[in-house]
Amino acid sequence: MLFVWFWLVAIMITGYVVLDGFDLGAGVLHLFIAKTDQERRTVIRTIGPVWDGNEVWLLAGGGTLYFAFPLLYASGFSGFYLPLMIVLWLLILRGIGIELRMHLEGTVWRGFFDGCFALSSILLAVFYGAALGNVVRGVPLNQERYFFLPLWTNWRTGPDPGILDWYTVIAGVVALLALTIHGAHYVAVKTSGDLNSRARRVASLLWPALVLVTIVSLWATLSIRPDALINYRRFPVLYVIPIAVALSLIAMYLHRRRNQDKGAFLASCAYLIFMLVGAAASVYPNLLVSTTDPALNITVYNAAAGSYSLSYGLIWWSFGMALAIGYFVFIYRMFRGKVTA
Amino acid sequence: MDSALLIHRLHFAFTATFHYLFPQLTMGLALLIVALKTLALRTHNEIYNQAARFWAKIFGINFILGVVTGIPMEFQFGTNWSHFARVTGGVIGQPLVMEGVFSFFLESAFLGLFLFGEKRLSPKAHWWAAFLVFFGSWLSGYFIIVTDAWMQHPVAFQRAADGSFQVISFWGLLLNPWAILQYAHNMSGAVITGAFVMAGVGAYYLLEGKFTEHARVFVRVGVISGFIFSALQIFPTGDLHGKYMARHQPVTTAAMEGLFKTETGAPMVILGQPDEEHQRIDNPLVVNKVLSFLIYGTTTAEVKGLNEYPKDQWPTSIPLLYYSYHIMAGLGTIFIAVMAAAAFLLWRRKLYESRWLLWIIMLCLPLPYIANTAGWMTAEIGRQPWLVYGLMRTTEGYSKYVHAGNGLFTLLGFMGLYSVLAILFLVLIHREIAHGPGAITDHAYAGNPITVA
Repeated sequence: MLFVWFWLVAIMITGYVVLDGFDLGAGVLHLFIAKTDQERRTVIRTIGPVWDGNEVWLLAGGGTLYFAFPLLYASGFSGFYLPLMIVLWLLILRGIGIELRMHLEGTVWRGFFDGCFALSSILLAVFYGAALGNVVRGVPLNQERYFFLPLWTNWRTGPDPGILDWYTVIAGVVALLALTIHGAHYVAVKTSGDLNSRARRVASLLWPALVLVTIVSLWATLSIRPDALINYRRFPVLYVIPIAVALSLIAMYLHRRRNQDKGAFLASCAYLIFMLVGAAASVYPNLLVSTTDPALNITVYNAAAGSYSLSYGLIWWSFGMALAIGYFVFIYRMFRGKVTA
Repeated sequence: MDSALLIHRLHFAFTATFHYLFPQLTMGLALLIVALKTLALRTHNEIYNQAARFWAKIFGINFILGVVTGIPMEFQFGTNWSHFARVTGGVIGQPLVMEGVFSFFLESAFLGLFLFGEKRLSPKAHWWAAFLVFFGSWLSGYFIIVTDAWMQHPVAFQRAADGSFQVISFWGLLLNPWAILQYAHNMSGAVITGAFVMAGVGAYYLLEGKFTEHARVFVRVGVISGFIFSALQIFPTGDLHGKYMARHQPVTTAAMEGLFKTETGAPMVILGQPDEEHQRIDNPLVVNKVLSFLIYGTTTAEVKGLNEYPKDQWPTSIPLLYYSYHIMAGLGTIFIAVMAAAAFLLWRRKLYESRWLLWIIMLCLPLPYIANTAGWMTAEIGRQPWLVYGLMRTTEGYSKYVHAGNGLFTLLGFMGLYSVLAILFLVLIHREIAHGPGAITDHAYAGNPITVA
C-alpha cells in the first residue's frame, strides 16, 4: 500500500514535470526565439489551451502527497518555506503573463507580460531543479522531524546547507537545460516556418550541454550521497533506468538530426521520466533524508496517513485520475496539430 | 500574542480574503452564464449569446486571478501551518486532493473550450462546456467547504496513538451536516455577488444610455436571480446554519450577537458597540426576544451568554467577530430590500425607467463582496481560539520553525504582488466594461481559431 502511494506521488510529480515542463521551456525560449508580436502570440498559443491543466498536475500532485504522506508535506513545505513562496510568486507572474497578454494592446503592456512569462519560466525551472537537488541531498531534520533552510549559507553540502549550494545549483542547471530543450521540441512540433527552425536549432545547440550536465549531476550525486545506489545494488534490474536515460538522450539526438520533431519531443519526455524515476527508485523508502541522523529520516512508514483513508483513497483517486486523463486526451486532441498564424 | 503566530494568521487571512474576491464572482457568474446559454438555446435569440460572451470575458479575467491566487492557499497549510497540516492531514488531506483531482482538472480542461471554442463547437456542445465549468467550480467549492466544516465541526475521525487525526468514514466526512449547511449558505452568497455585478453593470449601461438592449437582459437576469438568492440567503440557508451553529458553537453565537450575559427571551442587537471590559453593548439598539425566537423558535427560551463559558474558550477577537456578523446580516437585509423593490418594478414593467432604483442597484455592486468577506470572517474568527473546534488550538498549529521575520518577508511580498494584481484587474475589467457587449474582440485564440492540421 505505502509502496503504491509512493509511486502514485512520484507519477504525479513526473506527470507535472513532463507536462508543465514544456510550458516552462516555451517560456524560457519565448524572448529568444520569438521576435515579432505575431511570433510571440504563436508561442503563447502553442501552450494557451493546455498550460492551466498542466499546472493542475502540480496541485493534484501536491495534494496527493499531502493526502498520502502528511508528515512529508508538513515538514517539507515549512522547511522549504522561502523557495516555495518564491515559486508561488513566479507561478502567479507566469499565469498572468500568459493569460493577460492578449487582453491589453500596446508594445509596453505586451513587453511587460512577455517579460513576466519568460523570467518566471526561467526561474521556475531553476528552482524546481534545485528543489529536487535538496530532496536528494537531504536536509537537517530535527527531533520533531522539522527543519528550516535559508536560501543559501556557505554553498557547501555539509551539515548546515542552504537551499542553494554547489550541488543544488547543478541540479537547477540540469532542470533549466532539460526543460528548455523539452520546450524547444514542443514548440518545434506545434509551429512551422521561422519559429520551428529556431526551436530546432536551440535544441540541437543545447543537446551536448545537456549530456554534459547529466553526467556531471550523476557524478555529483554519487559523491555527496554514496548510499544513493543501495536500492540499485539490491535490485540490479534497476540499472535499466540509467540506461534508459542514456538511450533517451541518443534518441533525442537522432530524431533531432533527422528533423523528426515529434520523435525528439517524445525522447525528451522519456529523458525527464527516466531521470525522475531513477531518482525516486534511489530514495525509496525514504521521502526526505536527514543530513544529521539517519534515524530521523522521513520515510513512507512514518509519514503515511491512516490505512483506512489510503485504501479507500485508491478507489476514488484512481477513478478521479482516470477521468482527468480522459479530459487531457480530449483536450489535446481538440487542439492537436500546428498553430497557424 | 506571539508575533510569529500573529504573522502566520495574517498571512493566511490576507491571502484567503484576497483570493475569495475572485471565486465568489466566478462561481456565481458560472450559474448565470449557464442560465444565459440556456435562454439562448431555448429562444434562439442571439442577444443571450452576446450577453453570455460578454460575461464570459469578465469570467475569464476573474478565473485566472482566482487560479493564480488560489495556488498559494493549498501551499499554505504546509508552509505556514505545518503542525496543523501534520496532525490533521489524515482527514483534510482527502477533500483537498479531491478538489484537485475532481474539480481542477475538469475546470481547466473545459474552461479553454468554453472561452475559446465557441466557433468550433455546436451550440449544444458549447452549452455543455459552460455547464462543466460551472459544475467544476461548484464542486471545487464543496471540497473547500468540507475542509473548513471539519475544522468547525469535526466528524468521522479517530485520534491515532501519535495524536494525529485519521478519517474513519469517507462519506461521514463528505456529508458533514455543517458542510451541507455552510455550502448552501456560501454558494447562495456567491450567486448574490454574481447577480449584483450583472445587474449593476446593466444598470450602469442603462443610466449611461449605452448597450441598452443587452443592459436590459443583464438587469433582468441579475434582478431575478438576485431576488431569489437574497431570499435563500436568509431563509432557509442562513436560518438553518445559524441554528446549527447556536447548538454546536454556542459561545461563538453569544459573541457574534454581543450577548455577554445569559438571558431568557434574549433580545437581538441591531446596532451598538461591544465593550469587552464592562461586558455590555454601548449605545444599543435592540429588538426584544427576537434572538430567542430565531434560535429556538420561541420568544421565552433562554440563550446562554458569554458569562457561561470560561474565558479561554471565548473567541479571541470579540468586537471584530461581532462587527463581521452584523455587517454580513445588515447587508443581507439590504440586499433583499433592494432586490424585492427591483423585482416588483420589473414585474410592473417600470424598472428600466426607474433611474433612482438603477442608481441604487449600481451603487450596491461592491456590497456583496463585503458581505461575503464579512461572512467568512464571522465563520473563521468565530472558530477561534480553535483550529479544530474544541480539539486543537490555533496556538498549536503554526509553523514554529518559520520565524516572524521570514513570515513577514513573504507577507509583504504577497501584499506587493497582490497590489499589482488588483491594479491590473481593475484596468482589465474597466476596459471590458467600456468595450461593452457585442463589440468585436481581438483575443488571441478567439480571433484566430487554431486550425486542425
